[in-house]
Amino acid sequence: MRHSDFKTALTDHAAKLFLGVLFGAVIIVALLNLLVPADSALHVSSYTVTLLGKYLCYALLALALDLVWGYCGILSLGHGAFFALGGYAMGMYLMRQIGDRGVYGNPELPDFMVFLNWDQLPWYWHGFDHFGFALLMVGLVPGVLAFVFGWLAFRSRVTGVYLSIITQALTYALMLAFFRNELGFGGNNGLTDFKDILGFSLQADGTRVALLLASALALGGAFVLCRWITGTRLGRTVMAVRDAESRARFLGYRTEHYKLWVFTLSAVLAGIAGALYVPQVGIINPGEFSPLNSIELVVWVAVGGRATLYGAVIGAILVNYGKTVFTGVMPEAWLFALGGLFVAVTVFLPQGLVGLAKNLARKKKTEKDEEAHHEPA
Amino acid sequence: MSRPDSFAANLRETFRRDQVFGPLRPGTRPVSPGHLDTGGKHILYMEDVTVSFDGFKALNDLTLYIEPGELRCIIGPNGAGKSTMMDVITGKTRPDTGVCYFGQTLDLTAMSETDIATAGIGRKFQKPTVFPEHTALENLELAMAGPKGTWHALLKPVTGEQRDWMASTLDTVGLLGERDRLAGALSHGQKQWLEIAMVLMQKPELLLVDEPIAGMTRQEVERTAELLQGLAGEHSVMVVEHDMEFIRSIANTVTVLHQGSVLAEGSMQQVQNDPKVIEVYLGESSS
Amino acid sequence: MQRVLLIVLLWLGATGVAGAQAPTDDPAAADPPSVSDALADLKSRDFDIKGAAIETIARSGHERAEALLQALLDRGLVHDRAHDRIALGEQADGGWALTDPLTGDSLGQVDARAARPVIINNRLREQIRNLQAVAALSNPDSGRRRQAVQRLIGSADPTVIQALRERQAKEDNTAVADAIDTALSIAVLRDPDSDLHARLAAIDAVAGSLEPAVKNVLRDRATQTDAAAERNAAEKALKAIDARTARYETADTIFFGLSLGSVLLLAAIGLAITFGVMGVINMAHGELIMLGAYTTYVVQQIFPQGHEWSLLIAIPAAFLVSALVGIVIERCVIRFLYGRPLETLLATFGVSLILQQAVRLIFSPLNRSVVTPDWMSGALQINPVFSLTYNRLYIIFFALAVFLTLLTVLKKTRLGLQVRAVSQNRITARAMGIRSERVNALTFGLGSGIAGIAGVALAQLTNVGPNLGQAYIIDSFMVVVFGGVGNLWGTLTAAFGLGIANKFIEPLAGAVLAKIMVLVFIILFIQRKPRGLFPQRGRAAEDS
Repeated sequence: MRHSDFKTALTDHAAKLFLGVLFGAVIIVALLNLLVPADSALHVSSYTVTLLGKYLCYALLALALDLVWGYCGILSLGHGAFFALGGYAMGMYLMRQIGDRGVYGNPELPDFMVFLNWDQLPWYWHGFDHFGFALLMVGLVPGVLAFVFGWLAFRSRVTGVYLSIITQALTYALMLAFFRNELGFGGNNGLTDFKDILGFSLQADGTRVALLLASALALGGAFVLCRWITGTRLGRTVMAVRDAESRARFLGYRTEHYKLWVFTLSAVLAGIAGALYVPQVGIINPGEFSPLNSIELVVWVAVGGRATLYGAVIGAILVNYGKTVFTGVMPEAWLFALGGLFVAVTVFLPQGLVGLAKNLARKKKTEKDEEAHHEPA
Repeated sequence: MSRPDSFAANLRETFRRDQVFGPLRPGTRPVSPGHLDTGGKHILYMEDVTVSFDGFKALNDLTLYIEPGELRCIIGPNGAGKSTMMDVITGKTRPDTGVCYFGQTLDLTAMSETDIATAGIGRKFQKPTVFPEHTALENLELAMAGPKGTWHALLKPVTGEQRDWMASTLDTVGLLGERDRLAGALSHGQKQWLEIAMVLMQKPELLLVDEPIAGMTRQEVERTAELLQGLAGEHSVMVVEHDMEFIRSIANTVTVLHQGSVLAEGSMQQVQNDPKVIEVYLGESSS
Repeated sequence: MQRVLLIVLLWLGATGVAGAQAPTDDPAAADPPSVSDALADLKSRDFDIKGAAIETIARSGHERAEALLQALLDRGLVHDRAHDRIALGEQADGGWALTDPLTGDSLGQVDARAARPVIINNRLREQIRNLQAVAALSNPDSGRRRQAVQRLIGSADPTVIQALRERQAKEDNTAVADAIDTALSIAVLRDPDSDLHARLAAIDAVAGSLEPAVKNVLRDRATQTDAAAERNAAEKALKAIDARTARYETADTIFFGLSLGSVLLLAAIGLAITFGVMGVINMAHGELIMLGAYTTYVVQQIFPQGHEWSLLIAIPAAFLVSALVGIVIERCVIRFLYGRPLETLLATFGVSLILQQAVRLIFSPLNRSVVTPDWMSGALQINPVFSLTYNRLYIIFFALAVFLTLLTVLKKTRLGLQVRAVSQNRITARAMGIRSERVNALTFGLGSGIAGIAGVALAQLTNVGPNLGQAYIIDSFMVVVFGGVGNLWGTLTAAFGLGIANKFIEPLAGAVLAKIMVLVFIILFIQRKPRGLFPQRGRAAEDS
C-alpha cells in the first residue's frame, strides 16, 4: 500500500515523465521565441506562445475537473464558473493597472464605470490594485463559493445528475448576473483593454513567455499536488466515496467532508487556471460562465481519460488543438466534430484515450505472451 | 417564585459541573467509540419500532433486545422486515415511531450512519459491498477503526502496527494471498469474506451480518460458522440467514420475524416447534 | 338599416334640430338637397364649415351618410378639381377611380394629381367617430353598443349626452346600461353647472368603474372642488378604484405567470417522461423543442396561404419529426448508456450540438418568424385594465390539454402500462414478456414528440432560431427536479408555481434578476429537499 508523500509524488516515474515533457516543451518554445530571430524558420511566434499558454490553462482546468469527477465522482457542470471567477479576480487587478490610460482617462474608475456615470469605485473593487490581494482572491472567491455550495449540496446528499444539473444552474445564474451592468463587472463586454501586469507590458514577448512559464509551473505544481493527494489515504477514501458512498458512510466516514475538501480544492485550482488565462487572452467576459464552456471542459477530460490526471491534461490539449485547427479551416464543422466527440467518447471510449492505450498495450502483451507460449511448440 | 432567587438558582444550575444541556445530552451528540455505555443488561434495545413505506408496514411494533456478547440469529420469510430492521439500526432508515438505543445512552434514531458506525456498529450487507476499484488490503485500510477525518487521512500514513493488523485479519479470512488484487476482481465468496474482514477491522461492539454464506462453498461455510462463534462473547453478533442448517449450527437464540414483528424467540428447538412459526414459515415443508 | 334610420331620426327629434324631411320608409326618396350642399361645403378650407357639413350629413338620414363619413375618415372622399366636385375616390392604377357620393355611379378615372382627399383634423375625426358611436348606440349587437358607449365616455357634447340618455331609457343589456351610467355620471361631474347632490350621486355611481376617464375626472374633482364632501367622496372613490386596479393587476400577473408556467410545462413534460420515467438525462431535449418550432415554420412555408389552419398540420407534424429524431437518438446513442446517467448527459449534449449546427446550416443562423393566425391574435378584454391575450390563453389551454392527454396515455393505454412496468423494474418487466427495447424507444419517442409540440407553441410566442432550445433546457430540468422526478402532477405544480413566482418577482427586481433568484431558490430548495416537492417514497426510491 502506497502512501505517497510529496517527494515520491515529485520523483516517481510518471511524474518525472510528465514534468519533463511539460517543461521541456515550454522551455524550447520560450527559447525559440525569444532567441531565434523572427525571420528564421525555427522562430516560434508570440501567437503560438500565447496559444500554448492558453492550452496549459485549459489543461490545469481539466486537471481540476478530473480531481472531482475522476476521483470523487462529482460531475460538475459548473467548473467554468470557478475558472471565470478566478479570471475576473485577475481581470480586476489588470483593470486597476490601466489607471488613467483608459479611453476616458479617469485615474480611479475603469472605463465602463465612467460610461455608466458611476462616481466612485464599488467597495468590492477595493484592494484589487494590489497584486497580492488579487492573487488571494483568485483562490479565495472560487474556493469560498465552492465551499458554501458544496457544503449545502453534499450535506443534503444531492448526488449524481441532480448535482450536475444544479452546478449547471449555478454557472447559468452567475452568467446572467455578470451580464448585468449593475453588478459592476463591465456587463456584456466584461473586462478588457488590459495594459500591463506587475509593470510589464502584456504585449511584450518577454511577458508572454513569462506567463507561459507561470502557466507551466502552475500546471506542473497542481499535477504533483494532485498525484500526492490521490496517493494518500485521503485519495483512496475519496475514490471509495465515488464507488460506494453509502458503504463508506457505514464505515464511519463523513463522506460529505471528503467531497467538500476535494470540491473546494478543485475550485481553487480552476480559479488559478482562470487567473493565468485572462492576462494571456486579454479579456474576461460573462461568456466564460456559459454552461456550454463547462460542459465542453467535461469532454476534454472524457477524451483524455478519467482518474489518471495526465489523461485530463492530454485531453484538454488535444481537443483544444483540434478546435484551433478546425475553427481555422472549416468553422461550421467544429460543432459537428465536438458533438460527435461527445457521443463517440461516451459510447465507444468510456475510459478515454488513456484507457484505449492501456487496453492496446495489454492486448499486445497477451499476444506476445501467447506467441512466447507457442514458440517452443 | 421570587425572581432574583430563581435567577441565581438558574445560574448555579447552569454552571454545575455535571450539568448536561440539551444538545450535549447523550444520544443526540456525535459519539466516538469510547462513549458507548454498556452498563445495562442489553446492548441493543428496539422497542415498538414501526416503519411504513406508502402504507405498507415493513416493521410493525418490533421489539427486540440483544445482550452483550450474544450471537443472535434472525430468520423470517422474505419481506418479514429483516433488512429494514438493520437499516433502522444503522441509521439508513428512520422509524416512524418507536425507540432504538445502542447501550444505555445512544439514541440510534437521532444519529447519522457515520456516527452509528463510529459508535461501534458494523454491518455486512446482504449484497457484498466492497470497494471494487481498491485492492483487498486497501479495503481493509478504509475500514480500519481510528480517526476518519480528512486531514488525518491526508497526513498520517498507516503505521507498521496497523499494517500487521490488516495482514493478520486478511489471514483470518484466508485472503492474504489476494491482498493486492482489486476487490472487484474477487469471486463472490471472496467478496463476502473481504466484507467480513472489513467489519472486523471496524472493531465494532455489535456486528450485523446479513446473509453471510450466500455463494460460499461448504468449507467456507464452516469457517464462517467458526468465525462468527469466535466473535461472539467479545462482540455482540446479529446474523440474518436463510440457511437453516447454518443457523442450527451456530445459534443459541433465534428470533423469527414475520410481517414486521417478532413472531417467536427462543432456542432453535423451541422455535421449530412453535405452531405459529410452523404455520407461517416452516409450515410449507410440513404441509 | 331602417332601424338605424329610425334611431337617427328619433335623435334628431330630441335635439330639436330636426330637418324638414318627413320620415319615410323609402330611402331613395330621402335625398335631401342638404346633403349635396354639405358635400360641397367640404371643399372649404375652414374646419368649422367642414364640421357643420359633417353634422349635416350625419343628421340627414341619407342611406349613404354612414358610408360617406367612414370614407371621410379613410381619406376616401376626394375633391375632384377638374369638375370641382366631391366624389368617393379609390386609388387605382396610379390615379383615382371616382364614384358619385350620393348614387354610387361611376364617374370614371382621373389622374392622381387631379383629385385630393378631403383633409380633416383630429377634432373632426373625433366628431365623426362620436357621431358614428351615437349611431351605433342602437346597433342590435350589444357588444357593438357597449363599444360605442365606451367610445363616448368622457364626451361633454350635449347631443351625445342626450343620445346616451335616450339609450339608457330603453337599454336592456346590463353591461351596456352600466357603461352608459358611467358615461352620464362623468358628464355630470364634468358639467360645471351640476349641483352638489347630483355630483355626489355621480361619484357614488362611478366608484367601482375602472375606466381611465373616471379616474381622471375624479382626480380633477378631488383637486378642484370647493365642497369638502365632494372632495372626500372623490378621494374615497379613487382609493377604491386603485384597490380594484391593483387586484386586477395581480390577476394580470397571475395570468402571465400561468402562461409562462404553461410554456415551462410544455417544455418540461417531455423531459419528465424521459428523465422521470426512464431515468435518461436528455440534454438534447431543448433541440427537440427547437425542431418542433422549425417544423411549424416549414409547414407555414409549404402552405403560405394557410396560416389560419396550418397549425393544425404543424402539431402532428412537429410531434412526428421530433419523435422520429428522438427514436433515432435512443436507438443510436442512449440504448448503449442505460444505467449510466452521467454518460447519457454527455452524449445527448453532443447530439444537441450536432442538431443545433445542422439547423444553422439548413436554415441559417438567423431567427425565423412564424405568422400567428388571426384567431390567436388580439385579446379578450375583461375590463379596461385587465385583458387576456388570446395567444397566451390558447397556450395555457393547449398545455393543459397536452398534459391531460399524456396522463391518459400513461394511465390507460397498453404502452403506458408497459412504460410504467419497465421504469419500475426492467428485469421483471422483461421476464413478463414486455419487449423493453421497443418500449424504451417508444417512450423516448413520446417524450421527444411532446417536446416537438412544445416547439409549435413556443413558435407562437418567440422567434424561431437555433438557440431556441438552449434557452429552455435548464428551466425544464429545474421544473422536473423541483416537482419531483417521476411525478407528472409535481411537474405541473412546479411549472405553474415557478412561472407565477417568476412573474411576481419580475416587476420588483427585473427579468434577469427574477430568473437568477428563481434559480438560486431552486438550488437551495433541492439542497433541502433533494427529491423535489413530491418525492416518491418507498424502498425502491431509497435504493436508487
